[in-house]
Parts: sequence; structure tokens; C-alpha cells
Amino acid sequence: MEQLPCIYRPNNIRSFYWTKCSLLVLRFPALIKSNNGQCVSLKMEVKGWAGVLLCSTSGPMAHSVRRDAPELPDFSLLKRLARDQLIYLLEQLPGRKDLFIEADLMSPLDRIANVTTLKQHDVDKLYKVEYKPIVSTSDQLCFLIRPRIKTVKWICDVVNADKAFGRFRKYKIIFSPQKFYACENLLEEQGIFGDVTTDEWSFYLLPLDDDIISLELPEFFRDNFLEGDQRWVRTAGSALHLLHSVYGPFSKLYGIGRCSKMAYESWREQVEEGEQRARQAEIGNVFLIDRDVDLVTPLCSQVVYEGLVDDIFRIKCGCVEFGPDVTSSDKSIKVMLNSQDKVFNEIRNEHFSQVFGFLSQKARNLQTAYDKRSGMDIKQMKTFVSEELKGLKQEHRLLSLHIGASESMMKRKTKQDFQELLKTEHSLLEGFEIRECISYIEEHINRQVSMVESMRLLCLLSLTENGLLPKDYRSLKAQFLQSYGIDHLLTFSNLKQLGLLVEQQPGETLTVMESRVGKLVNDKTAGKLTDAFSSLAKKSNFRALGRRLNLVPKSDEEYDLRVPRDMAYIFSGAYIPLSCKLIEQVLERDGWTGLEEVTRMLNGHEFAVTAGSNGSDARVKTDSQRIILVMFLGGCTFSEISALRFLGREKGLKFIVVTTAITNSARLLESMLDNHA
Amino acid sequence: MIRGKPDEDEYWNSSKFKAFTFDDEDDDFTRLKESKRAVNSIRSLVEEEDEEDDVEKVSWSGEPVGSISWSVKETASSIRSTGEVRDQSFPKINTAPSLPKNSSGYSLSSLFKGTTHDWTPEETVKRMQQGKVYSLEKFRSLQDKLLLLDEAVNAHDGNVITAVLIYLKKSLSKENLFRELITREIALRHYIHFLKEIEEQKLLLMQYRDHLNIRDENKRRDFLKSCLSLPFSPDDATHVQDHYTLLERQIIIEANDKQVESSGQADIFKKYPRKASILNMPIITTLYYSCFYHYGESDGTYSSPANIRKTFRISDKQFLLTCLGARAKLKAWFDVDALFTTKNWLGYTKKRSPIGFHRIVDILQKNNAPVQVLQEYVNLVEDAEQKISLAQKYKCHDVIINTYRDLKDRQQLIVYRGKVERGSSEYRKIEEILSNSVR
Repeated sequence: MEQLPCIYRPNNIRSFYWTKCSLLVLRFPALIKSNNGQCVSLKMEVKGWAGVLLCSTSGPMAHSVRRDAPELPDFSLLKRLARDQLIYLLEQLPGRKDLFIEADLMSPLDRIANVTTLKQHDVDKLYKVEYKPIVSTSDQLCFLIRPRIKTVKWICDVVNADKAFGRFRKYKIIFSPQKFYACENLLEEQGIFGDVTTDEWSFYLLPLDDDIISLELPEFFRDNFLEGDQRWVRTAGSALHLLHSVYGPFSKLYGIGRCSKMAYESWREQVEEGEQRARQAEIGNVFLIDRDVDLVTPLCSQVVYEGLVDDIFRIKCGCVEFGPDVTSSDKSIKVMLNSQDKVFNEIRNEHFSQVFGFLSQKARNLQTAYDKRSGMDIKQMKTFVSEELKGLKQEHRLLSLHIGASESMMKRKTKQDFQELLKTEHSLLEGFEIRECISYIEEHINRQVSMVESMRLLCLLSLTENGLLPKDYRSLKAQFLQSYGIDHLLTFSNLKQLGLLVEQQPGETLTVMESRVGKLVNDKTAGKLTDAFSSLAKKSNFRALGRRLNLVPKSDEEYDLRVPRDMAYIFSGAYIPLSCKLIEQVLERDGWTGLEEVTRMLNGHEFAVTAGSNGSDARVKTDSQRIILVMFLGGCTFSEISALRFLGREKGLKFIVVTTAITNSARLLESMLDNHA
Repeated sequence: MIRGKPDEDEYWNSSKFKAFTFDDEDDDFTRLKESKRAVNSIRSLVEEEDEEDDVEKVSWSGEPVGSISWSVKETASSIRSTGEVRDQSFPKINTAPSLPKNSSGYSLSSLFKGTTHDWTPEETVKRMQQGKVYSLEKFRSLQDKLLLLDEAVNAHDGNVITAVLIYLKKSLSKENLFRELITREIALRHYIHFLKEIEEQKLLLMQYRDHLNIRDENKRRDFLKSCLSLPFSPDDATHVQDHYTLLERQIIIEANDKQVESSGQADIFKKYPRKASILNMPIITTLYYSCFYHYGESDGTYSSPANIRKTFRISDKQFLLTCLGARAKLKAWFDVDALFTTKNWLGYTKKRSPIGFHRIVDILQKNNAPVQVLQEYVNLVEDAEQKISLAQKYKCHDVIINTYRDLKDRQQLIVYRGKVERGSSEYRKIEEILSNSVR
């Protein structure tokens, strides 16, 4: 048997079980790909682990959805609305035209319409916006773009170039999801306002899955939290308003964060401006949360299947591209990852270590189903082919894909010493052996291993420790600049401004002392001390929050990933995501009562509101009350979605996640970079 | 780094990905019905605009062009017949921090009301939010301008805040505008972001950032030199100084090495041709390059490892790691050995390292060091358990056998004998130990 690189012995149950499962998965593609007797010998090899694997399939996978969990509303309506409006807008420019589409809008557009739809409405050629002179010969140009200065500038150049050339064309800009005055101002300044007509395509919401809706605005995070630009606040309010109009009326809204509060206000005003009609609500409750309320969670390594796939292959608009290493061919393929994929649907929320067992069981079942053929007569065979074979083939295809993906992910993670990386992360979350963590990070930087990973660990250190000691900050920053380039001065400045990576101020040394004292005294005292000091400045207060909300389970307790007991399973039992814990607590208490200390440590801006009196007394306990729409302003991760799905199963609720974009540590940190021309 | 998206184009233009697009084979009838139902419920989108808005282009109104407009028109008529309306108003919540309004006692609205198109700041902001016709020209006094700005900020709509700021930028002098913005943080941040986007304003770091736009290395170096006089914090000033020094030296090294390489004078360049220029690489990459191509040079040359180490204050640990990586890559095991060897005053040599030897082993292994080299360092790992686990990982039989021998662990030796090839030298060694040792 091929020897895999040695893996650190897991010292507690939290660790990954890479070793044994890895052998299995490495062997597995052969098992399910072969149709001949070859698989028998492979089965033998697998047999040794069957015991382990069999019991794992009876774990969380078997979690049945509570019978009383309500059905989700049908969000495909949103797609149709968007498509119909786009067609209407295209018809506003009658005749043949070339369409220029902003790169970021291509995938979202592809989810709601296709080329045929566009062609049917006189779109001749499709181009991607590339900020270069254009080659189109059409006398009508339509631009489908995000309201960005850079893109509008480029359009101005295109139009002015035409003018200089004495060329006459019609131009139309369709801004999605809305236009900004700054963009129109630019058209005016460039003397082409009027030569170019503008319109808005209110494509606010793209359903990515049954329970995920995205605004597809990744720049929301940077614009709002780093630049302090509130341009998307009304957009968020409008998106919420759209959901309210189609699936509301909402009866309760909870929220936390400055932006959430503003979005709520914007939504409320829009509701007041319009008229409401009596209708049966499909969604009753809403929870709004700012991303900067919890920056720790998106910076953790994801270990739940869907999150891990996103971290490694990057899921874009619900679609992932698997390379040759996954497909075991020379081709890459694009795959939609959603609940339609039956295999994926069953493993997406599972801790990665549980996935192998499931896939192997599936593969064996599949083999058995295929094997049935051997004893069949012609008639039975005919039925088999017409009724079962297609499904089996489909399953076979999906299974090979996910096994290939698992295999490839594991190879990569083994290579980068994932085990040790996770150990460091868990120590940071626990506040344990911080010096060792710093040395680990330092060495990571020294060895010039992935820049984003180094930055991620630095930010986690800062967030969990309420900032770095000045000498550590200076030394780590200097080493980072030496390893990855001095132009990262810009990155450091951004990280500081956002509060992701900061230096403890001299006045804060009390907190440092207090945390040391805290380790000597019992937890309760330390908690009180930390709380007392925390009101001084905007800090992450992670330790105190962790204690107050029990976010970090004791490390000496065993955590059985096969039967998760709480949302911590999404981080191998090491940490319950703060964002999801807040949601759980607020729903449980029906508001923020009893969480005063917590909200103070989170810098306030919490709210809980109920519809006016006439609305509330008429309210009955309907299914809609158990459907909760959670809106993340600034992005959310697949791990958080998995955690909420878990919470929903536990409490008989259904969560719908609306997010400005799906994010992960790499996307979040890359949005902080400025070091490219 | 941001991932490139070279495949977008192909993805878009090709039809083979059709399988993943939205399925439009649905029954047209249900589709229409559902769309209609949804459209029905978004009244504000469909509603006819106020009469006064006739100047404005309405985006979603009922011109009967094709099916969609028809459906929209149907919608508009059905809306008017809707029945009772439940009171579902939600409370206004205080969206802090509300800015101190610098308003005086009298009400502006009383001044503006009367004429049809003279809207108060509040009305103006509201109209702007709703995309209706508005006019800012009436806001001429400084006080009116500021009232308008504060109202926009209170509406927390960044789009409108920026629109007002653009108007203020055009109608106020820079000094006046900035003086007022200093006390209005939210507006100030919008203004800075706007200037950043239209590339007008250069804050301190943004000025430094401009070097990224300069391709020519000599011009870039000169630009960095000019940045040295900018008022950076002491720490950042050091980094910017380093940046300038680094590029200055890289230019010298690059010119020299390019010449040496093309003349074919040095074996090292022939054996390992340079893959890329060293220009604009980080300090550590430059150090690695120097350890690779310029090892052993006296510290008087810019290209020598010692000089780079000193100039950029590189830590011992960092220096060792980089040097080790470069020399191991070249399989210069003698150099590797020398890195760790220290002599005490009696002349005895001892191996020391500022980082754990298990790490050294890891790095050597990643550079394909032979077992003989590896096991020497595995042996230096202090923790016995870790030592054995590393030795097993890299098949350093001698280390394992010797460790078990020293631990007098007969049982483990017997187990290990079962793992090695029968008759091999390792096998014989175990046999020998087992037979020599007394039970």
C-alpha cells in the first residue's frame, strides 16, 4: 500500500482523522469506476475500515428533518422578476445592439437568463467589459454594469473616442442594481450625459439555493466597513423591501450593527412610502447582522464540506470549477453545487472527517444496485434500464466528482500541514499558548508560505487578543513586509483602519495585565474584569464574549463529530460561531433582554422591533413565524450557513440566509489589498 | 493575490455550459401567472409616478411593448382594486451617531414652502433617494448647504451624501469645504472615498502607492526616493527607506547578473538559469536569490547574503531559514552542515539552531535531501517521541533502531523488525542487537 505522509497523532477527538479515511478515499475512485471484478480486491482493502465507516453514516446524516419544520418559500420568483425586468429594459432600446457586460455580472446573469433570451431581444454580440477600446461595429451599444466610477469612465472614453472619430451610435447604460449620482455626474462632466441614456435594473437578489439568496455585492464589505461609504445601505434596504413585498409582511425584526440599523431604517421608510396589502406572510422574522460584529468566524479555516470546497476551489455564484486533479481526466468541469445535487446535498453540512464514510457507503450501495443486474432476466433488465439505470448513472457521476474533490482537498491540506495550522487556530480561539502561536505565525511568515494565510493568522491573533503588543506588532509587521513586499504597508494600514489587525495602545496594557491576572484567578472574575475595561474603546472583546456566550467549549471534553451536539461542530468542536450564537440567543429570548453585557461588548447598535399593534394582535402562530430570514451585511461564509441549518434542525426552524455576498477568509482579506497597480 | 478570471470569456461565449443555465422550458402560463403575482406585490416599482415628475424618465411604466409591458399594465390596474390594508407600521429606531445639526432656530421649511419646486433639505434628500427630480441650485448660503449635507447624512444613504458633496465641491472653495468636513466624519469619509475613486486626492499612503503605476525601475526608484520626505510615522519611514534601498540594490544586482549570465562566465547561472528578474521582489526573495547565486561573496558586495542581512536587519532565524532553503535546493549539504555548526573554545563542534530541528528536517525533506543527510538532523531532535515519528516518516531506520536500543525497548525492536525488509542491513542490525542484549 502506498504510504501517506505521516500525520500528527490526533491528541483529542477534535483533530482530523485524516489518516485512515485518506487511504480509503485514495483507493476509492477505482472502486466505483470499475465495472468488472477488479473491485472485489479493492473491497477487501476497504473492508478493514468498514466498521469505522459504517457507524459514521448513522451519525448526523441520519438527522431527520423535524416533521414540523415549515416549507421554504419559492424564491425562483425572484429570478423571473429580474429576468422580466431585464427584457423590458432591453426592449427600451429597440433594434439590434451589442451588449457589454461587467465581468461580475456575468455569472449572476447566467443564473436567470441565457444567451437565447438575450438574442431573442435583439442582442447581437456579447462582450465582457475589459476597459479596452472596443471593436463593435453595431450602431447601438448597451452596457450592463455595476455603478462603478471606473466602468463609467471607460464608457466615457468609448463614447468620446467615437465622437472624435465622427461616429454616431446610440448608447445605453443599465446600472444594476441601481445607479449612483456620482456615476451620472461623471457622464455630465465628460459632456456625454444625454448622448448616453441610463436605466436601472433592480436585480437585487439572486437565489443561489433553496435557502441562500445573494446580493452578489462583494464590495459591500470594503466600501462600508473600510471606506465608511454608505452607498449600499439603501440597496440593502431595497433588497429587504423586495423580500418583504413578495414574501412578507414581516412581523418581527432583530438586528445588531450600525449598518443593520441603517438598513432597517431605509427598509422601514420604503415600506411607509409604499402601500401594503393584506396577504399571508411566508416569512415572519428577520435578523440583520453586520459582518464586523463577528470578524473572527469568517477568518477561521473552514472544515465543513461546502466551506472547505469554497476555501480550496472557490465557489462562484453557486458554481465551482473542478480541475483535472478532481476529474481524473485532462478536462476541467463546472458543476453547480446546490440541493439539486443529491450527493452534495447530503454532505455539504458535514464535517469533512465524516464525509469519507458517507461517500464510501454510497459507493457500496451503488455497487450493490449495479450488481443486481447479474441475476436478471430480460424483462427485469428492461425495467432496470428504463427505471433505475439513469438515476444510478447520475449518482455515479456525482459520487465520482465528490470523491475526486475530497481526495484532492485532502492531498492539498496534508501538504500544507493543515493539522498544525488548525491546532494554532484552536489555540488562538482558546487563548492558550499564545507565545507558541506567535512563533508559529512568525515562522509561517519567514518561510514565505501563502501571504493570505499569514495575514489571516495575524488578524485572528489580533482579534482574539484584542490587539497585538506593540513589540509583537512591530516585529511581525516588519517580517511580513520583508517576506511579502514592502508595498503591503498599504494592507497594514487598511487592516488597522478596519480593526482587523491592531496594536494595543499604551492605555490598554491594563487589559493585558488583566488577562494575565485572569488566568490566575477563576474565569468569573476574569470575565468581570475584562468587561469593566472593555467599555473604553472599540475592541473585539473576543475572550470576554467567548466566556459570556460559551463560544469555546472546554478542550478536554470529548467532541463527537459524528453526533454534533451544538454548532461548534462546524469548527471541529472548537468554537461556536459568534454570529450564529447571537442569532440563537436572540431568537430564544425573543429579543436582547439578558444580553446587555454582550451587546455592550459588541459596541451596541442592537434592536428588536415588532409590527404595529393592529398587525400583532391579528397574528396567529403560522408557519411563517418559524421561518427566519437572516441578512448578513458584509458577507457570510458557508460554515455559518451550515451552522444555521443545524440550529434550524434542532429548533424546528428554517433559516433563509440573505447575504451581500458569500465570503471566506481569502475573499475578505483580498478585499483589503491595495498593492496592485 | 486576486485570482485571474481568464476563462470568463470562454465560459460566456461558449454554449457547452448550457447545462448550468436557468431552465426556461417551464410552462409559459404558470411562469406568467407567478411573475404577475410577484410584480403585483411590489407596488412602488409599478406605480405611476407623481404628475410633477413628468420631466423625469420613468423606468418601469406601462408602454405596451411586448409581453412584459402588457403584464406590467395588467398589474397596474389590478393594484387599484386591492382591499383592506393592515396597519403594519414599524417603529423608527435611532440610528446613531446622529450628527449635531448646526441648524439655527428658524425652520427652513417655512422659507421654502410655497413655490412648487423649492423643496426643503428633507424633501430634497427624500426626492433624491427616490430618484425623482430635484434641484440643488437653491442651496446657496453656506448654512443651507450644510443643512442639506446634514440631512443627507441623517438619511444614511451614501449615494445621496456623495451627490450633495459633489455639489458642495463645485460650489464651495476647498478650504471652506474641508473646514466643515473636519467636524463631519461620515461626510468626510464619503468625500475621501469619492476623491479616491475619481483619483483626485492623494492621502499619504496613496501617494506612496503611486509607485505601483511606474513600470520603469529607475523612475520607480527615483519616485520612492521622493517619498522619503513624506511625513510617515517613524516605523513606516524605515520601511519606505528600505523599499528605496532594496530597489536601488536590485537594479545594480540585476544589471550585473544579467551581464554575467549572458557572457556565460559563471557556472551557477549556466547550471541554474535565472527564471525571472530580481527587480521588485520582496527582501526575503532577494536574500534567497543572493544565497543561491552569490553565496560566499564577501560582505562588501551588495549582492552578498551578509550585506543584505545587515542592511535590512534580518533576524537570525529568518536568515537561517532562507539560507537553508537556498543551499538545500542546490544540494549543498556541506553548506547546510556549516550553518548549524558552532565551535566552543576547546575546539569541539556542536550543532545548534535557532529553530527546532524537526523544522529543519521538514525543510530538508521538502528539498529532497537524501536519507543520510536527513537522519543526521532527525537525530538532533530532542523529543524522543517526535524523533521516532519523524524517523518513521522519512524511513531513517538507523535512528529508529538506535533510539529503541537506547531505550532498551525490546518489544518495539521486534515489532520494527517485522516492518523492514528481511535480510536487509537494517534487519541484520536489529537481529544483532536483539541477540546481544540480555533478557
